[in-house]
Amino acid sequence: MSTVALDSGPSYTLQQLARAFNANATSWIGLITFLIIVALALLAPIISPYDPLDQDILARLAPPTTEHWFGTDSYGRDILSRLLWGARLSLVISTVSILTAMLIGGVIGILAGYIGGRFDMIVMQAMDVLLSFPSLIMGLMVVAMLGASMGNLMIAIALTAIAPFARIARAPTIIVKERDYIEACRALGYSDLRIMAVHILPNIVAEILVMGSLWLATAIRIEASLSFIGLGVRPPTATWGGMIREGFENILDAWWLAVFPSLAILLTVLALNLLGDALRDAIDPKLRAE
Amino acid sequence: MMMNADDDAVLTISNLRTEFRIGGVWHAAVRDLSLTLRRNETLAIVGESGSGKSVTALSILRLLPNAGARIGAGEMMFEGRDIAQLSEHEMSRIRGNAIAMIFQEPMTSLNPTMTVGQQIAEVITIHRHVPHSEASAEALRLLREVKIPAAESRIHDYPHQFSGGMRQRVMIAMALACRPKILLADEPTTALDVTIQAQVLMQLDELKQAYGMSILFITHNLGVVAQIADRVAVMYAGEVVELAGVETLFARPTHPYTAALLRAMPRADRSSDSLEPIAGSVPPLTSMPPGCAYAPRCPHKLPSCVQARPALQESSDLAGDRSHLVRCPVRLAGASP
Repeated sequence: MSTVALDSGPSYTLQQLARAFNANATSWIGLITFLIIVALALLAPIISPYDPLDQDILARLAPPTTEHWFGTDSYGRDILSRLLWGARLSLVISTVSILTAMLIGGVIGILAGYIGGRFDMIVMQAMDVLLSFPSLIMGLMVVAMLGASMGNLMIAIALTAIAPFARIARAPTIIVKERDYIEACRALGYSDLRIMAVHILPNIVAEILVMGSLWLATAIRIEASLSFIGLGVRPPTATWGGMIREGFENILDAWWLAVFPSLAILLTVLALNLLGDALRDAIDPKLRAE
Repeated sequence: MMMNADDDAVLTISNLRTEFRIGGVWHAAVRDLSLTLRRNETLAIVGESGSGKSVTALSILRLLPNAGARIGAGEMMFEGRDIAQLSEHEMSRIRGNAIAMIFQEPMTSLNPTMTVGQQIAEVITIHRHVPHSEASAEALRLLREVKIPAAESRIHDYPHQFSGGMRQRVMIAMALACRPKILLADEPTTALDVTIQAQVLMQLDELKQAYGMSILFITHNLGVVAQIADRVAVMYAGEVVELAGVETLFARPTHPYTAALLRAMPRADRSSDSLEPIAGSVPPLTSMPPGCAYAPRCPHKLPSCVQARPALQESSDLAGDRSHLVRCPVRLAGASP
């Protein structure tokens, strides 16, 4: 990523990004799918046919029927309702953690790129240490240390994503700060803070946003993985990862328990990746030139 | 130097020495530079690449890179204070406010993500602490002042919607926004084509009168100097080799380098076949000759030239122009034609 950014002399305004977005049909598929998922999650209290925690002992492990579209689990809870409510949790956790990582990582990256020198070296080496942990291991460590809860899950995911955002913000900052207009800003007596916030940030924000959409998918995967191994949000709260874990125990008898939440994760991650890839293509000068 | 002119001085630079660190050793890019910028005058600094003219301008605004560059000696008196001694905070209040600068590359000197109106208004809000509406109104007035056609609508345009000459006008508007006492112009017309260049130069001259400011105009183009300057300082290898009023300089170039520059300049009244390039190049920072820096390229060189560095002396020429200074004892003594 950083080499691409270094090659690409000009940076991208949001306007340019929007224009390039239109050139690719898959970007629209990704965006629309994601928006539908978000809408379903938002509307969960209205559209879900049952309470996600309601147990129906008589209808345990019922296969998909017209009554329970996606079947029921071992406590007789409606899978569709749990999926819809689980979507809320998955999206909130991933969005909050990625926004946090974007903010902290972005600030670190811009500071490192702008100040440069020894500060840059020390900060980016600390980021490299963070990057050297696989994100799942990192999440495991944090949750194991702090305990499993929704807040700690968000902290864990945010921590794993800070370093990539710092790197993605630093590279274009180094390019932009060498531009003539930044020197002109200094000659006009602007403070370093103003130069970074008003004159550098808008020029690199597109690159950070692209990274954000790709990392949102990763965050959903990490959240599901941690829930799957029992380090996520405590049951009986419905989360996609937790549902797969429960379904996994009955996978031979009742396939629908694990398959539907897996499909939900697959679809969401796919939509976000399509969206992210389209945005990344949009700012890649080699692809734009074609 | 030149005590007679000091009453009128806006900026007095004395013995400025700006150094760069190359391979762990500090080398001077500007050496013993003394210049006085008088009220409402245009002082041109002329020299080829590497002569230290841009470094001089950056030294005045203290915009040299933090690492590897420093002002080694000298003082720069501006409004009773020595710029070289000011804190970074005090300096940021002078930049863009009392001393403004315009740059060579108008195409890249504006922020592509902000409208020109926002960029002009930003300077005004920062230095004058006025409400946004007032700053916007002032931005519009400035755009009209630098003769941007249809300024009311163009104020909402982005830099990429402007041509090079227009952008340079926007840069000038930004520089003038806080009515600076001094405008540092670092080759502002070099990147423009000749007709636009002439328009921008005329405009700068008009604005200088209107705003009563002084311009330090850096260029390598002697044609531009003839058009805009009141006085000229010719720089070579980081030092002033000749300082004179513009007529004196063109009529009686005394330093061999000045004379060679004029012979290397195309003129309408001469065939271009007679252009004479100056052989050799400016000595690198790291190996300045101990004597006269121009001696290795000088046709009038005497053995004494390579031993001791000549001082800047008054030329006692026929017109009795006491402000004509030349750093060449050989030519001043008239030992050589």
